[in-house]
This record gives sequence, structure tokens and C-alpha cells, in this order.
Amino acid sequence: MAHRWGMVVDLDRCTGCEACVTACHAENNIPTVGAEEAARGRAMHWIRVERYWEGEFPEARVKFRPVLCQQCDNAPCEAVCPTYASHQTDEGLNAQVYNRCIGTRYCANACMYNVRFFNFFHPQWEKPLQLQLNPDVSLREAGVMEKCTFCVQRIKAAKSGAKAEKRELVDGALQPACAQACPAGALVFGDLNDPESRVARLAESPRGSKLLEEHGAEPKITYLQRQGWHEPDAQ
Amino acid sequence: MNRTRNNPLADDLVRPLFHTSVWFYGAVLVLATVVLAGAAAWGYQLWYGIGVAGINWPVFWGFYLTNFVFWIGISHAGTLISAILRLVNARWRRPVTRCAEVITVFALMIGALFPIIHLGRPWLAFWLAPYPSAREIWPNFRSPLVWDFFAINTYLTGSLMFLLLPMIPDFALVRDRSTGWRKRIYGALALGWQGTTKQWHRLEAGMQIMAIAIIPVAVSVHTIVSFDFSMATVPMWHSTIFGPYFVAGAIFSGIAALIIAMAALRKLLHLESYLHPVHFENLGKLLLLMSLLWAYFVFAERLTVWYGNEPSEMAVFWATQRGDYAPLYWTMVICNFVIPLPILALRQLRTIAGTVVASFAVLVGMWLERFLIIVPSLGHKQLPYSWSSYAPQPVEIIIMIATFAAMVLLYMLFSKFVPIISIWEMKVGNQPHPPVVTTDEDELAGLWRARP
Repeated sequence: MAHRWGMVVDLDRCTGCEACVTACHAENNIPTVGAEEAARGRAMHWIRVERYWEGEFPEARVKFRPVLCQQCDNAPCEAVCPTYASHQTDEGLNAQVYNRCIGTRYCANACMYNVRFFNFFHPQWEKPLQLQLNPDVSLREAGVMEKCTFCVQRIKAAKSGAKAEKRELVDGALQPACAQACPAGALVFGDLNDPESRVARLAESPRGSKLLEEHGAEPKITYLQRQGWHEPDAQ
Repeated sequence: MNRTRNNPLADDLVRPLFHTSVWFYGAVLVLATVVLAGAAAWGYQLWYGIGVAGINWPVFWGFYLTNFVFWIGISHAGTLISAILRLVNARWRRPVTRCAEVITVFALMIGALFPIIHLGRPWLAFWLAPYPSAREIWPNFRSPLVWDFFAINTYLTGSLMFLLLPMIPDFALVRDRSTGWRKRIYGALALGWQGTTKQWHRLEAGMQIMAIAIIPVAVSVHTIVSFDFSMATVPMWHSTIFGPYFVAGAIFSGIAALIIAMAALRKLLHLESYLHPVHFENLGKLLLLMSLLWAYFVFAERLTVWYGNEPSEMAVFWATQRGDYAPLYWTMVICNFVIPLPILALRQLRTIAGTVVASFAVLVGMWLERFLIIVPSLGHKQLPYSWSSYAPQPVEIIIMIATFAAMVLLYMLFSKFVPIISIWEMKVGNQPHPPVVTTDEDELAGLWRARP
């Protein structure tokens, strides 16, 4: 059976340390745009940690929610792309083909999670930072969209490694950079089609829910949190 | 040339083609400079990347798409109104149709530029066309942008034919009055028109077919433009009312543009004896109707959103109603409803000057409407963490101004090369009976004298 990659995000474990964000930047050659551009809303974080407050200081209570591409089964970004740059792979990933993208940015508007990012300018790395670029991940030019790939380069490498050694993939051995970096173990990645995998079992947890589930995009990321907690009014 | 003296109508309407004042050249120079500035601004954007515009995460669409929808809306003046007036055989339409149809063609050309300007990689825009390529990839026909591509191309082709068909007899008339290079050019444009009965019949049949065919095309175009928004589950975009709402808004702003263009032509080309106050009066009534219709749509849209009280939609609702965008929102309401309503409803105010004032207000209001549909929704999507705003950058403003200059420039040049009022249709209108018209000058002059 084909793989169906998914993730579980345990909000009760997340400390909001943003190690996942840093790891993702390093793994996926995501450019940093500088303070000025970031203030204009041009920062690119394939995974971000959203902070919401409950109550007033000093009784305030902060809640963290890591948000990354939800790899929807019924993805709104895919239908609207005029050139098939955004499309679903056989393993359920929402792939973004950079070379096919003409930059209408319609996908980013259609995505209710706002997890798609646009290269407003050509990415630049100050010397010698270009030396730390990951050779397994292509760089994106100005005018194209990019987004979380679930570290597809790692998936490909693990699959071809297993094939070369004529064995099955081991659950947990394959991790995207964010899950690997998470010190609290809040991010669990794996194959949802394997009923024995950790992610598949956790996704069945009574603590689980989907983000903006009512929109029917059928995300493959499940958020775990203790029931009875109500999302604070963010206004 | 002396026999043309017997034909005051044609004399009057052909005069701009043969006589040009120094003011015209001055105006062309100024407008062309502005258009070139816009081209330079686009070049700057191509060179440095679209980041020089004000768009950001998550307001990925801004001024460019606002202008796109605005100009496609303006294009609904001409062809649609002209087609309807032809089909109902409104006699007062005759001096209006051509200057209306030209607006459509030029506004569409300008409007269609904006989705290309706004692309991240505009040099790949041709990927929207389904051409046979080695990669065997066609465009994604599920994407409303691809529907747009086809709708706008169909509308542009249809409007161009609708404009060109009734120009043929007038080209022949100019051909017969001119010499040298002019005669050759207009001769080619006249496509061998001799004014035979057969040719007239074919022209009439062609016009009839186009007038009927263009109406559903025009309605579909702005419906599909609205689908660009309503197909996405963005708060206050995902609405079934958007199709008719956009079409009504398009016709609304289109009529306003037509009234302004007609008033300018009347003044600058001295067409007082052709474009009468009654034309402005009638178009003013149409504008009044569209203003009421627009207000009705806004009311229906806003009330259902407010009553439904869906949190993410209410965020956009309050942002426009009394938040950051409220000044723009209430300016829109004033421009589209509060100002035009009394001017157009009271007969004393429904004059040429009155309708022009109302029309300018409507253009401002309708531009704001497009902006207020696009930007506040994108800035207030479902997750409050990503709420944001948008401020246009100089490059976007320059390109926008340049397109207005381009519209005026194209219109001015057109009125220099083509009689802006359809001469043969005016003549037909002067006939008491179904026409037997030729381009033979003597015969035409006789008919002109024999008018009732």
C-alpha cells in the first residue's frame, strides 16, 4: 500500500521554543529576508509557532500552536493553480513544483492556514552563509511560491535507502527536520496508512482535532490537546 | 471633393480625421510620457522582483488585481449596452454605440494587462494557454484563472468584431474622401466595401448575430472574474451573490465611464449637434437604475453576513464597517449611492454636468469597492495570528495612473483615425423607412436633403 504521510502535533507538549522553525530554515534553504522585509510581512517560515493569550496579565496564560502545511487531502490550493504547480502526489503530499509556478499567488489566498510563502525577491545569503546550504534542496527564485514539503528530500532518501537494502521503512526512522529538532517530542511524523505507526495511533487519540476542520480540506495533521480548553478570543 | 459639401453630416463627423489642432499633439505628448513612466515602473518591477510592490503575506493581491477587476468592469460599458440598445432598437443609441464599444476594447486590453503585471514570473504567462508542448502539460481547467483567460479572450475577440463590423461602411466613406496613403490604408480597412445590397444584408445579419452573442459573453466575463474570489473559502469572498453583484457593478462603472467619455467628446470634438442632452439624460437614468441595484446587492450581501455572524466573516465585516477600512468603505457608499442618487433622480440635476459629476463619483466608488473586496478579506483570514494589512507602493500607483493615461491616449488616437460616431448609422436613423443606403455620395446627399 502507498504511504500516506501525516503528522501529529501535541499542543500539550509544545513549549514554543521554535527549534522546529530554525531546523526547518536550515534543512530547506529557506532564505531569511532581514528585519525590514520581515516587518513588511515577507518573512518565510514553513513552520511557525502561533501564540495566543488567554486572560489578562498576571493571570495570562499563553498557548502555542505550531502551524505548518496541513498537507490536505482536499487541498484548496491545488484546484486554483492554473499551471498544476501545486498538486497532490501519490503519497498525499501537497507538492509545489517551483519550475511550474508562474506566481499568481492564488494558492496562498485559497489556503486558509496561510502556510504558503512567496519569494518577493531573489533569495540572498551573506557570505559565508551560502556554504551551509543543503545540497539536497533546490533554491527558489524570485516570483515563485514555496511551502512545507514534509522534507520530501528525506522521504525520498529513506525510501531509496530501504529499497537498496531490500527492507521496509522503519517507523520513526524517517523524520522531517522539525520533528527531529523538537526537544519536547511534540511533533510526530509517520505513515498514516500503517496502522501500527506511532502517528496513526496518536491521530486516533481522543485529544485529537484538526485545524479549521469545518472547511473540509481534510488536513493530514492532527492537533492533540486536553479537552475542555477553549481557544481564547484573539481579537 | 466639392460634392462632399452636400453632405454636412459626413463632413462634420469626418473632420477630426483630417484636421488636428496643436493641443491634440500636446495632449498626446503628455499622456504618452505618463504611459512610458508606467512602462518604466513595470520594467523596474521586472528587474528587481515583484517585492517592490506592497503585497505581502497574507495580502498577496493588492492594487494590481483591484485595477484588473476595475478595468474589466469598465469594459462592460460599451459592448453590452450597445448590444442591448441595438436589440431593443432604441433610436437614441445611434450616436452612442461606437464610442461605447471602443471603451470596451481598450478597457479590456488594459484590464487584461494587470494579471500579467501582477505575476511573479510574467514571462511565463503563456502557460495559461492550452498549446501542444513537449511536456504535454495543459493548464489546469479547474482553476478560475484559466476560466478567466478564456473568458477575457473570448470577450476581447467578440468585442473587437462587434466594434469593427459597423466600422466597415465608414472606412469606405473615408476611403472615398481621401487620397494618397490615407486612401490606401482606409481602402484596406474597408475590405472592399461597395455598398451593394448584398453587402448591407450581410452586415446587418452579422451585426444581429454579434449583438445577440456578445450579451451572454459579457455577462459571463464578469461572473468569472467574480469567481476568482468566490471560489476560494476566504471570508466574505465565498459568496453566491458575487456573480450578479460583479456584473451589476461592472455595468454601473461602465455607464459612468461612457458618460464621461461622451461628455469629453462632445466638448472637444464639437459634437453638440449629435450628442444631445437627451443622451445623457437616458444614460443617467440607466446609471440611476444601476446605482439602486448596486445598493441592493451591497445591502443583501452585508445583511446576510451580519445575520449569519460567522466569526471569520465578522472580522472582515467590522474591519470594513467601522475598523481600519471604514473611511474607504463609507467613501464608497457616498460615491456610489449618496452622491449619484439625488443627482440622477431629480430631473433638474440630471443634466450633462450633473451626470458627469455623478459618473466621476461612481468611478471612484467602484474602484474602492474592488479594493475593499480584495484586501480586507485577505488581511483577515481564519487564523488571527496571520492578520495583516496592505499599503500600495510607488510602483503600483505609477502603473495605475499610467493605465488611466493609456485609456485616454488610446481613446484620443482612435477618435483621430476613425469617425467616433457611426456615420452610416446616423444616416439610417435619419431615414423614415427601412434603409436602402449606399456609400454613393450623391445619393446619400439626396437622402440627407429628403429627410423628414
